Amino acid sequence: MAKKVAFLQGNEAAAHGALYAGCKFFAGYPITPSTEVAEVLSAELPKVGGKFIQMEDEIGAMAALIGASLTGLKVLTSTSGPGLSLKQENIGYACIAEVPCVIVNVMRGGPSTGMPTGPSQSDIMCAKWGTHGDHPAICLVPASVQELFEETVRAFNLAEKYRTPVMIMPDEIVGHMRERIVFPEPGELEVIDRTAPSVPPEQYKPYDTQFGDIPPLAAFGSGYKFHVTGLNKMQDGFPTTKASIVQAEEERQVRKVEANKADIMKWEEYLCDDADVIVVAFGSTSRSARFAVNEARKQGIKAGLFRLITFWPFPEERLLALSKQVKAFITPEMNLGMCNGVVKGCIEGNAPVHGIYHVDGEPVNPNEILDKMKEVK
Amino acid sequence: MAFDYDKYIRPGKLPHIWCPGCGHGIVMKGLIRAIDTVGLKKENTAIVSGIGCASRLPGYMDCCTLHTAHGRAAAFATGVKMAKPEMNVILVGGDGDGTAIGGNHFIHACRRNIDMTYIIMNNKIYGMTGGQFSPATPTGAKASTTPYGNPDPAFDIAKLAIGAGATFVARGTAYHATQIDKLIAEAIQHKGFSVVEILDDCPTTYGRRNKYKSVIEMMNHLKEVAVPVKAAEKMTSEQLQGKVLTGVLYKEDKPEYCEQYAKVIERAQGGAK
Repeated sequence: MAKKVAFLQGNEAAAHGALYAGCKFFAGYPITPSTEVAEVLSAELPKVGGKFIQMEDEIGAMAALIGASLTGLKVLTSTSGPGLSLKQENIGYACIAEVPCVIVNVMRGGPSTGMPTGPSQSDIMCAKWGTHGDHPAICLVPASVQELFEETVRAFNLAEKYRTPVMIMPDEIVGHMRERIVFPEPGELEVIDRTAPSVPPEQYKPYDTQFGDIPPLAAFGSGYKFHVTGLNKMQDGFPTTKASIVQAEEERQVRKVEANKADIMKWEEYLCDDADVIVVAFGSTSRSARFAVNEARKQGIKAGLFRLITFWPFPEERLLALSKQVKAFITPEMNLGMCNGVVKGCIEGNAPVHGIYHVDGEPVNPNEILDKMKEVK
Repeated sequence: MAFDYDKYIRPGKLPHIWCPGCGHGIVMKGLIRAIDTVGLKKENTAIVSGIGCASRLPGYMDCCTLHTAHGRAAAFATGVKMAKPEMNVILVGGDGDGTAIGGNHFIHACRRNIDMTYIIMNNKIYGMTGGQFSPATPTGAKASTTPYGNPDPAFDIAKLAIGAGATFVARGTAYHATQIDKLIAEAIQHKGFSVVEILDDCPTTYGRRNKYKSVIEMMNHLKEVAVPVKAAEKMTSEQLQGKVLTGVLYKEDKPEYCEQYAKVIERAQGGAK
């Protein structure tokens, strides 16, 4: 049987990716340019017995999401910059309480209300540092409608596997562009469910490290009684200020992601092997970069594209290795140098990192990248 | 035989954090008796709170307990209830948590009429942070941030709940301990969003600043201002000056949110229109 093919908007693909992953609960608040995710799920979730709720505000949506996840459901919310700022409170809660959830954040201009309908890539630092305190961060940055579907499925897998919030951040162009998408068959993409406890309720502890860095999470209403708090906690879930426990638990929460970077990180290297100039890009900007790399090659410039698919955790070791063989990096991005700074931070000064920055609501044009390549090669 | 509270208390989690003379423990005992009266199963009951002294209550209860962020109890609880409507969901918290930072979630939970019970322990102050004025602090009262007397008017929390659409609203006091479990039990049994405001005392951060010489004086004050709704019917407005009505203040039957959403699912799946 032929696979189902459709002409879909990125945001719609994210919603369908969530359904493929087994999402059964969505809580959100209307915000441009992500609203289509909510609209599609308001129609589709009840068809599969799932629940959709439009909450009173962004904070409440993130809170309801965590509550629903604690009953064992796979959960999603969608938002954009101003909403992401508001959601940070409870994103931190989900980090410390270790509650799986997925946040689609369609990037628009900022800070504040900024440019609601303009594309941007300026929320990537907010994905890592937005909520206060030390915490793990996973952020995916797809570049096409097909990839937005597939990465949404992967976002759910990572959230459930590592018991932590996962952000998927298409820029507004990826969120709103329409492309051909081939729906994967059921079973074609891996779908991971959270690990259920193997011990009976009376022995259960929600942060029991005898099961490793990612202890199984029981569901409320399944016979297991346990406590969940946003305070620093012990293995039984109750608050503590005991220094040795707080230190160990904080380190474990971050280690869940750091020690599993190889599983979480994902990138594409296009013509990088012999490249003198490597463009590090993500989202819609990587599409301009690929065009520029192809043009450059035609003109005899050894250019390559390093396309980030996972932004956090960042592939520091791989870029450090590449920095020893290139003459320069270029980071085109729709912000004032966020990715540029991260690249500089991991290549130990081995090569210059040139930026091309747009915060004017305009995408980065391939010619701008090509011109920069000629300048620095 | 004396009532066995231990059945509902989490082993090893007492003593509680509350100061001597605080009414929160009286409310917790009332809640336990109510849960026992109604016959809720502990493993099928979620107790959800925000931040503050009153919000520490869930930790002592041997149920599914969720101590959330400041003001967010109603929103977290809405997620729990909507995802698993067969669970009993009880919210607890203080006046500042529920009506200031959590005010938006509170009024919208009332509006949706989602089947949960919210117990608000109103001691008129932010106790945990040392006695700052809350939206329930009376005008003129002293707090750590109103050294010259509070310029703000106070919320009538029960009226706020009724206005926002809660379908069961009751009020009791920490003094009238034996009434608390009855009000909470009736609230739990009500289908829809129910609010039970319990006027409470904070001797440490409110009483001392406002010339209450003892906990007994604060309790006597609660005793004196409370007027049962039935008794109030026979009183003049002059006689009711400075009094607070107690008992079941409001009750109505309205469609409940999870049941309404079940109909959405039915329609989406091509069932009843």
